[in-house]
Amino acid sequence: MKPAPFQYHAPHSLADALSLLAEHGYDAKPLAGGQSLVPTMNFRLAQPGILVDLNHIPGLAYIRLGSDGDLHIGAMTRHSTVEQDLLVAQHAPLLHETMPHIAHRQIRNRGTIGGSLAHADPSAELPSVAVALHARFRLQSQTGERWVAAADFYQGLFTTDLTPEELLVEIVIPPLPARSGYAFDEVARRPGDYAMVGVAAIVILDAAGRCEEARLVYLSVGEGPVSATQAAAALKGRQPSPDLLAQVAEIAATDDIDPVADIHASAAYRRQLARVLAQRTLARAFERAAGQ
Amino acid sequence: MTHTINVTVNGTAYQRTVEARLLLSDFLRHDLGLTGTHVGCEQGSCGACTILLDGEAVRSCLLFAVQVDGHELTTVEGLTPDWDMASTHEDLHPIQIAFREKHGLQCGFCTPGFLMTLVPFLAENPDPTEHEIRQAISGNLCRCTGYVGIVEAVKLAAELLREDDKVTG
Amino acid sequence: MTTRYFGKPIRRNEDPRLLTGQALFTDDVELPGMLHAAFVRSDYAHAWLRGIDTSLARDLPGVVAIYTAADLGDYWQPGPLLVNPPPIKDLVFNTATQVPLARDKVRHAGEPIAIVVAESRYIAEDAVDLIFVDYDPLPAIVHLADALKPDASIIHDDLGTNLNAHVIQEKGNYAAAAAQADLVIKRHFDYDRGTAAAMENRGIVATWDAKSEQLTMWDTTQAPISIRNGLAGMLGLSERQVRVIAPFIGGGFGPKIMMFYPEEVLLSWITMRLNRPVKWIEDRRENFFATTQERGQVHEAEIALTRDGKVLGVKDVFLHDAGAYAPYGLTVPINSQCTLLGQYDVANYYTEFTSVFTNKPIVTPYRGAGRQHGVFVMERLLDFAARELGIDRAEIRRRNFIPPDAFPYSNDIIFQDFAPLVYDSGNYEPALDRVLEMIDYKHFIEVEQPRLRAEGKHVGLGLVTYVEGTGIGPYEGAKVTVEASGRVSVATGIGTQGQGHFTSFAQVVAEQLGVPVENIRLVTGDTSEFYWGAGTFASRGAVVAGNAIHAAAVAVRRKILDKASEELEVDPEDLELVDGVVQVKGVPASAIPLGELARRANPMRGAVKPGSEPGLEATDYFGPERGATASGVHAMIVEVDPETMMVQIKRHVVVHDCGTVINPMILEGQIQGGVAQGLGNAFYEQLHWDDNGQLLNASFMDFLLPTADTVPHVEMDHVVTPSPLNPLGIKGAGEAGAIPVAPLFAQAVEDALIDFDVELNEIPLSPNRLFELVAEARGLHGSES
Repeated sequence: MKPAPFQYHAPHSLADALSLLAEHGYDAKPLAGGQSLVPTMNFRLAQPGILVDLNHIPGLAYIRLGSDGDLHIGAMTRHSTVEQDLLVAQHAPLLHETMPHIAHRQIRNRGTIGGSLAHADPSAELPSVAVALHARFRLQSQTGERWVAAADFYQGLFTTDLTPEELLVEIVIPPLPARSGYAFDEVARRPGDYAMVGVAAIVILDAAGRCEEARLVYLSVGEGPVSATQAAAALKGRQPSPDLLAQVAEIAATDDIDPVADIHASAAYRRQLARVLAQRTLARAFERAAGQ
Repeated sequence: MTHTINVTVNGTAYQRTVEARLLLSDFLRHDLGLTGTHVGCEQGSCGACTILLDGEAVRSCLLFAVQVDGHELTTVEGLTPDWDMASTHEDLHPIQIAFREKHGLQCGFCTPGFLMTLVPFLAENPDPTEHEIRQAISGNLCRCTGYVGIVEAVKLAAELLREDDKVTG
Repeated sequence: MTTRYFGKPIRRNEDPRLLTGQALFTDDVELPGMLHAAFVRSDYAHAWLRGIDTSLARDLPGVVAIYTAADLGDYWQPGPLLVNPPPIKDLVFNTATQVPLARDKVRHAGEPIAIVVAESRYIAEDAVDLIFVDYDPLPAIVHLADALKPDASIIHDDLGTNLNAHVIQEKGNYAAAAAQADLVIKRHFDYDRGTAAAMENRGIVATWDAKSEQLTMWDTTQAPISIRNGLAGMLGLSERQVRVIAPFIGGGFGPKIMMFYPEEVLLSWITMRLNRPVKWIEDRRENFFATTQERGQVHEAEIALTRDGKVLGVKDVFLHDAGAYAPYGLTVPINSQCTLLGQYDVANYYTEFTSVFTNKPIVTPYRGAGRQHGVFVMERLLDFAARELGIDRAEIRRRNFIPPDAFPYSNDIIFQDFAPLVYDSGNYEPALDRVLEMIDYKHFIEVEQPRLRAEGKHVGLGLVTYVEGTGIGPYEGAKVTVEASGRVSVATGIGTQGQGHFTSFAQVVAEQLGVPVENIRLVTGDTSEFYWGAGTFASRGAVVAGNAIHAAAVAVRRKILDKASEELEVDPEDLELVDGVVQVKGVPASAIPLGELARRANPMRGAVKPGSEPGLEATDYFGPERGATASGVHAMIVEVDPETMMVQIKRHVVVHDCGTVINPMILEGQIQGGVAQGLGNAFYEQLHWDDNGQLLNASFMDFLLPTADTVPHVEMDHVVTPSPLNPLGIKGAGEAGAIPVAPLFAQAVEDALIDFDVELNEIPLSPNRLFELVAEARGLHGSES
């Protein structure tokens, strides 16, 4: 299991990296943490002709709070850094809660938030969490930059809105309003495994304690993050109760998702997990929202 | 296409010319002869090849040697830099002593990866609970021990390291 | 003797080397000019080979040689049949053994077709990608039940059938017993295939020295001596020209004893052709195809009982998956047959199996080696019987135990060592009682479980017993030498893969010679150090090699006493061996260090007297007349999340009887590790094949080994019933932890899911599978897929 030959470039500036990508197009592959890319290269499932190593580019790893309360995370920030960062814990607690579910410490020490988001693995945690958080991604190419909402970024199995010339350079997470709650949970065979099903939940209450807005975004039930929009709609304007959550979970599991089977989970079992996780995460999210 | 890299491993500076695709695990084992780092899967799942990159535990099978140019690495050999035939039990690193006392290894193949995972873990968390220990080593597979000896070894290692800390202030 | 070494939890001699990264594993061997090999392996499970185009690969810079079956000439031979079928009446056995490289046909995915030798493994893999094989695919036999269907595609055309073997063994008369029974229970059981997944993959370094005409091979084998003997024969060399070294090995568990793997046959031949060292290190993906596997069986079983739970008879008819070739004879299915009756006194037993070839990797023993299946069937049948009869599950087992005064106890059928299945010794009730006490059985089922169930928790308990036939022959040997330094060296032929032999065997010697364990250096697995032996398998290392070492150590002790009695002019009876010296009892002033005595026994002047030998050294052998039967009881408490079917193991208790214990720390490590593998087998690990015989999860991402946060801390105790079959009274323990976990887990989970009225008659039981089974039990269609 040795990778096929490739050319390696380690640009020391973003401009150089973007120029390499512009020059080589689909032949080139950016190397961030490499924790998904290198195994696929070792299996020779991926054989990029050119690797553009982003690890020597200064200024791509940071976490800072914008004046508007938005949290800005540089794409090359390692998972471990995000996991332990106090700003993240305070301003994006859903992300904070999710981080320990991502693989194992050795992987998190190397893997990056941008790499994981751009890789668009349908069973990865971060894309669904980013969609739930209404995160925005800053994409940069030689010709300029553009912003894409996380929900629009994901276009299919390992497929995103990124062109070969572009890099995802920053993730911006807006703050949640008052009276909001969140939860992340997943069912994996072993802690650290890709989940059979996972879900990120966010709820926002109105002043009367009714659900003003709900977001329920699954992983591992489709080709990318899957938003349970019908379930979310069914919550709108309603007072949360166990019965309601059971109904909503049923809608999510039956109508919102169309999972497929793999060796670890049948479609029916995935629906069951989706149902259970919806109930559990929504209950916790509502509890947190009410407690605010 | 080859690249010349400068890397410090266990305190020794090396300059080598490597092919871009050479995995760091192969570089350490076969180019530098540091065969204590073991390779069990080459896909980042087993943890046997765990080493320290600038003090942090990483899988050496998921890095290319060319990427560590200018960095500092520590491998299992670095835990006992002065080890030789005359060395005794007491010359082992406290984590190694604990592994031996608590039968934390059988075939020993996965062991270097566990040790290197634990060095930064115990530095960060000198008095871990059993749950934290089990989480910390959950990215390292062992097929022989059923982990109990390892968990007990980590508890003892934490104790030994805390005592060392007291002594050295 | 002042210090006891035997039976103590002494820390291991081998650990410093392993902990400091200094221990030599096969892939650590670096030789000047060494080449690297990689294989072209079949993409198909079953296909005719129409052509192999290596031309592009040959042109790749760095490629030194490429060989296909056609290049091997007369060297191309199917491997030997390692174990002949046992002498059982009317036994049918069709031989088909593996070949070095597939010639006209491939019979399982991953079967080697060509070998590339190049300047690096990287280049060798590049070349593999440039070799094009023209296949003519055939239907693959994946499911056991399909193998013998009239229209089944035939795997070995010369045999004209996919039947590997058919065996019937009988004790008493089951049909007559069933006719008299109050209750007969029949069930179907499925036990799926798994893989040992040792952390170190296999590997070989072979080097031919043309000047000394010596072949040296480092090999991750459990049986270096057998490999040497076989290779010498194949290569036309004297056994003295072949040195096989099994250095430190990263776990064996059975598959590393297969003989002869194609890689062993090829690398030794290639180094002689190219006159350069050649290394092949199996990668993890290859390991899922190229290393042998085990465990596929399908049973139709029934049990006949009286209404008070006495077992009158058992009938078991099963299919066994031999894989694509069957070099290991019938060891695995015979073990299944011979382990099924377990600790129970059953007068009537009918057991019949049909072993079939399939288009899957070769099956040879993996930890437990077929014993799991027998225990699974019997223990599950007892569970259902207990439920039907309203008898407590501990009680129904107790009622059927072989009584302690019935040993040696014969089951009248033939075991894997060709001897009748006779249990040497055993005492089963104390272990059961101890387990019940440790898990607080009565309290749990009467108080705790009802209380937790009332809280809505799904908790269950499992309780199973098992026996393990261990320590079979033929023999092992050892040489013990007191060196002039006072250190003692011990050489034995078996390989070691983490069992602590460097320490436990040293303890056996220390006990006789009074030399501290750390001053005893053991050499195992190097054919130049010890010539004779069989290998490490069937939980036999401690029993067979341990007793051989004991015998040699006893002989050296006698030499020491004789020599010292001569030197000190006292009767040998009046001497003692303490801390590396021999002295008159209680008179330290008289002490002669053993090193000094060794020097005097090997003088530079003065002849060795007729009938005596120089030095303080002895070689001896041990061959047991038959295997020793270890036994044990496991109990487990689980909690199941009925919504996700995730299972948490709350407690796991083991009481084990493996006779005399050499080193309890090492023993407990073996059992704890075995339990982890048993749990992996029962809950986490499964090889998923598609209908074409393709393995869908050949990686550690999808073949799930238990991790630190999934394996429980096993609470352990021991009962000691020494074996009368060897001087040390030892029984083997290597496989004990793994054997009974499947029925234990199934029983506990079933108990936890009692509301769902589901029966768990298959292994493995993933959460997904549990969900499906519960859905089926409720009559729902859980089959959307």
